[in-house]
Amino acid sequence: MVEQAEIRVVHQGGSKITFREPVLSSDSRFLLCASGHNVKVFSTATEECVQELRGHTDLVTGVLLRPSNHLQVYSCSADGTVRLWDFTDGVLIKTYVIGYPICSIYASASHDGVVFIVMPAQRDKRSDVFQLVAVNLPQCADQLVETTDLSAVLGDVSSNPVAVAFGRSGEYLASAKGLQLEIYFFKKQKSYRFFLKEDHKNGGRNTFTCVACHPKDDCVATGHEDGKIRLWRNFNHKKEYTYSTLHWHHSAVSSLCFTPEGTNLLSGGVESVLVQWRYGQESQRDFLPRLGAAITHIAVSPDGALFCTSHSDNKITVIQSCVKVSSIIQGLVKGENVQTDLMVDPRSKALVLNGKPGHLQFYSLQRDKLLFNLDIVQQEYIHESGLKQFEVVKAAFDGSGSWLATVEERNPKAAEVEVNLKLWAFDEQTQCFVLNTTISAPHEARITAMCFDQAASSRTTMLLSCSRDGHFKAWQLAPPAHTDDEGPSWSCDFVGAYHNLLPECCCFSADGSLLAVSFQEVVTVWSPSSWELLVTLSQPPGDIRDLCFGRLSCSKYLLGTTTNKLLCCWNLLTCSLEWSTSTDVSLLLGDPLSENMAAFCLQDRSTDLFVFKPSEPRPLFSQKAVCSGRVTRAVFAPREAMLESCEESSQWLNRSQLYFLTSLMDLLTFSTKAEEERLMASSKQLVIDDSVAMTPFYLLLGKHRHQQPETEEQARGRSAERPAVPQSSAAVRELLQTPAHVLPSTSFLCSMFVQSLLISVTDNREENKLSEEEMDSEKGEEEASDEEMEPRVTRPEEALSDSPEMESVAPALTKAQVRELRRVRKLDHSWLAGLLDS
Amino acid sequence: MASFKPTKVPVYPKLGEKVTQDTLYWKNYKAPVQIKEFGAVSNIDFSPVAPHNYAVTAFTRIHIYGPCSQEPVKTFTRFKDTAYCLVPVRTASWVFGRMRRLGGVHVLPFTPKPLPDPFTGGRRTPPTGDIPNAAELTTYQEHTDYIRCGVASKLNRDLFITGGRYVKVWDLLKGGQPLVSLKNHHKTVTCLALSSNGQRLLSASLDRHVKVYNTTSYKVVHNFDYAAAILSLALAPDDESIVVGMTNSILSIKHRKHTEESMEIMSQQRRRPSYRVFVKGKNYVPKQDDYLVSKPVKEHLAKYDRQLKKFNVSKALDTALETWFRRRKPEITVAVMKELNRRGTLKNALAGRDEEQLSRLLHFFIGNVVDTRFAPILVTAAEMILDIYKSVIGQSALIDRQLLRLQNLLETEINLERELLEVLGMLDTMFATSITRKEVPYSDIGRSNGLAQGEASSSRPELQVT
Repeated sequence: MVEQAEIRVVHQGGSKITFREPVLSSDSRFLLCASGHNVKVFSTATEECVQELRGHTDLVTGVLLRPSNHLQVYSCSADGTVRLWDFTDGVLIKTYVIGYPICSIYASASHDGVVFIVMPAQRDKRSDVFQLVAVNLPQCADQLVETTDLSAVLGDVSSNPVAVAFGRSGEYLASAKGLQLEIYFFKKQKSYRFFLKEDHKNGGRNTFTCVACHPKDDCVATGHEDGKIRLWRNFNHKKEYTYSTLHWHHSAVSSLCFTPEGTNLLSGGVESVLVQWRYGQESQRDFLPRLGAAITHIAVSPDGALFCTSHSDNKITVIQSCVKVSSIIQGLVKGENVQTDLMVDPRSKALVLNGKPGHLQFYSLQRDKLLFNLDIVQQEYIHESGLKQFEVVKAAFDGSGSWLATVEERNPKAAEVEVNLKLWAFDEQTQCFVLNTTISAPHEARITAMCFDQAASSRTTMLLSCSRDGHFKAWQLAPPAHTDDEGPSWSCDFVGAYHNLLPECCCFSADGSLLAVSFQEVVTVWSPSSWELLVTLSQPPGDIRDLCFGRLSCSKYLLGTTTNKLLCCWNLLTCSLEWSTSTDVSLLLGDPLSENMAAFCLQDRSTDLFVFKPSEPRPLFSQKAVCSGRVTRAVFAPREAMLESCEESSQWLNRSQLYFLTSLMDLLTFSTKAEEERLMASSKQLVIDDSVAMTPFYLLLGKHRHQQPETEEQARGRSAERPAVPQSSAAVRELLQTPAHVLPSTSFLCSMFVQSLLISVTDNREENKLSEEEMDSEKGEEEASDEEMEPRVTRPEEALSDSPEMESVAPALTKAQVRELRRVRKLDHSWLAGLLDS
Repeated sequence: MASFKPTKVPVYPKLGEKVTQDTLYWKNYKAPVQIKEFGAVSNIDFSPVAPHNYAVTAFTRIHIYGPCSQEPVKTFTRFKDTAYCLVPVRTASWVFGRMRRLGGVHVLPFTPKPLPDPFTGGRRTPPTGDIPNAAELTTYQEHTDYIRCGVASKLNRDLFITGGRYVKVWDLLKGGQPLVSLKNHHKTVTCLALSSNGQRLLSASLDRHVKVYNTTSYKVVHNFDYAAAILSLALAPDDESIVVGMTNSILSIKHRKHTEESMEIMSQQRRRPSYRVFVKGKNYVPKQDDYLVSKPVKEHLAKYDRQLKKFNVSKALDTALETWFRRRKPEITVAVMKELNRRGTLKNALAGRDEEQLSRLLHFFIGNVVDTRFAPILVTAAEMILDIYKSVIGQSALIDRQLLRLQNLLETEINLERELLEVLGMLDTMFATSITRKEVPYSDIGRSNGLAQGEASSSRPELQVT
């Protein structure tokens, strides 16, 4: 029982999917990408994640289709292993232990059984020098294989995976680092090096950024820091090499890729424009502009039908033949810093934070999926590095989720900062937020804090904003001044200040009767109804960092943290300090559904968590060293269903879940063991369903399942119920879970399979009766009900034997004819019974 | 692939008066017809029956005009002294009171029978007289000046309104209690009239204004300006026309525009052949079982947006500086400048211009730089222009003159702001002394710039705790 309530910190989704180049499967139906410690398999058509290959214990640094088997994939990781997976089934086939952290992985069709990996040269992990090593993968049957057969190919290579490429049918290897391009010929065992001058005449920066090799021709394309693309030819001579230069990009080319036939060259960079160059006629270019964010990788499917580009905002775009964006796979966008607080949308229960530039993102924590982006700034984003753009810096929801306030800022460093305060109303009809009021320059300086009165209804709610100009302003929804057709808008209701001090944080009490605004080291408590200053509280020295009112039974307390490493709790009834404790609290947070408060304390460069009630001296829960670095963003997300845990230490997790962002932008959460087990069980269930959705068996069965109702309907002229999918049967599940190549022969399995199907269809009594009527007495009960399922299973054989009859079944047939036909079919299938007996 | 987001042109709150139903209604009159009368027009009255003729007294004459013609239908000239007043006795005829200044009675409005008729006199008290009994019923002593006019409410039988120095509304049921005193005119109110439905009250005054009040809230909803002090005002039944007589002996008649006429003009405009080409095939309604092939809707972009999309910054600025935008929609020009500044290319767009283009730019700055809504970006742009063209200053007399004008303008503006701040400081001290509480009223100086939406209604006292 004690163990069941154990709480641990877990990663909760939102990992980066654009860390490495995505890989398209050979039939262009799946897209594989490294995502944290896992490899995710997405469907290119539906954008859904269909498989997650779990097993690596560190960051996955490369994904590569196995050249000899297009249904298998290699993945390498910083944990020093290369794993071979069957990605359609999500099965780990083999693990090769290398022993050193791997940066990237390459292979070519002409080198069978060999993969090339980039790893630190000095055999220690801290080194900056990397080498390219050929690994001979041993052929043995074991799951876990130790590989020792390593041979260095190139000494000094870049750790960036786009800086190495295999040439025409694996004859040579091109590697770029700094200002040097090195081409290694496997046959001659010789490498040529080409150098560019440090600084070109026009002041260009010549550093290589990426390399791509033409698949059919001896041509190497290199991208450069200054946006140029060079096409190198004749490079098997030391002196007589040539290159031509293409220039369209205005800043560094981040990725280059040839199409499989070599007719086109694709390039992308920070401009977020995919450029398609015709190979041979480089003056002809096609553009696909406004892809959303800087392109980091470009990949092309082996049949050339699909391109995919991954972007710096954790997004993968799938493009159909360079003209149409067919799908977008979007992960949680986490920039260098999250400027808005983490929030939970009261309506959709989604996590809300600033996403791609000028947008707020709504991220479903339960489904680990980005729901949508709300465009706040509504301006064309100029993809140019160093340009100051509008950023969403603050956002707040009111209690019912019907109002959203956002603050956008531009040029925060300069003397004149441009600030806009926008208020968005939730539109019930379109189910999204609609801009209601824009207030340009609501304050003369940056806004430090903003909060809604959570208690009031959506009509009377009040927004409070504090600014560095020394004022706080209260905003209220005002009816329109004249009887126009325009609706109500927000306007300033009150401006307050206190001794010319800077207001830092503000907080409404749970019932909305009190308002606390902290002015540096003084907390002022106001009555929002009369705008009277009720009391001031102070605990100098040290400015107030966080303010929080207690809730429910603890609503008489006001908690504050100071920069002087003090956590204070004031009693509002006596207006005196109730207790205080000396900890360096970096974040204080109240659970909106209970009295609990969470305090993240920084100690010895790692963060401790305390969960406590303001009225009780003993913390409910404490955990040392939750993560390293300072935690500045966290949120209590209400649970969908209340957890029933009786263990005292985990009761605080019953109503809501605590999510927090570490300094490395990882989204972490706490989960109890019981919850994890439940989650595991449900996810297993989910995986089965999903694997059904994608295995070849499903394709076989699924096709027939779709066809069958049609034919039945046509044949019988009445609406037949679609039979239930035989998923409940353990045998079928077994069959569907196991990869096809490890199963025994089909004839061996057939009896078991058909048997399992029979059990699942017994509810189709109506049809059974119908068929019983004209059934021959010597035929078994079994055969009759078989009739329902047989066309599904044995359709391919049927197609050989009696396809003409099947095809000629038309809706015009009379009932008698249909019966006749069915009898013929039944007779035909008697051979199957023979097979079963054998 | 997201589509291009066009430049956001902010909707600034209108500085002038808001367009309400009332302004639309009272503006819907044709240009006034002006007739020169013999002398100052002292009284006008409409006939309540069908052709709605009206009689006008001017000096010793009385003219009767038809509803449409500008020529008098009939003229009476048998008076020896100035005619002041018209008293309708029966529905279709007038009795022309040739009054000498006996007791100075000027105005005789009648409430419908059998009410006691208010009988206002040129005294400071409006007596209420009963005509059948010819006895004075009540006297209300409230006015401090001569009462010039009076009118009885059409909606409430117990209300009547008098006008003198101020317009006052009296409630007869409450024993003649004055309900409202309207002090919107700064000179004596000479004439009052009620609109046909009784919902609006019109008051004409010597200050050359006619004001329209809402009779429920007694707020001014519209205002007419005239050239001279107004002596008389009359409103035709159904508000078909407003007739105003002034001291400069001009009679001004405004007729109501009719919606059919304006619609006719509109429909004539629509029937142009280019419009027909434009709508061709677009108004086709698909039948029930038609298969609809949807065509991607081509988003319309303004010309400057199309140029911005192609990063043609100078051309975009040129387009935004075209005469129409500059004159009619300066906010668009400013929005394009703002967008260029955000993209960091405003300097490129401003550079490389010849004398004519530069003078056009400077002209725009001179016209708009003192507008608080546009000032921040225009000041930045003007500084950039000085930076770019400082090497060529002195080569063109035109540009130099404009630069000097801009400089003078900015200097006056700065002086003005300084004076305003001084006034604000004085007001602050006055408010501070007037409130004896601990809290001192506090007025935010800087809210005058930029906070156009927020400041309108923030009239509550702002407190600063000391």
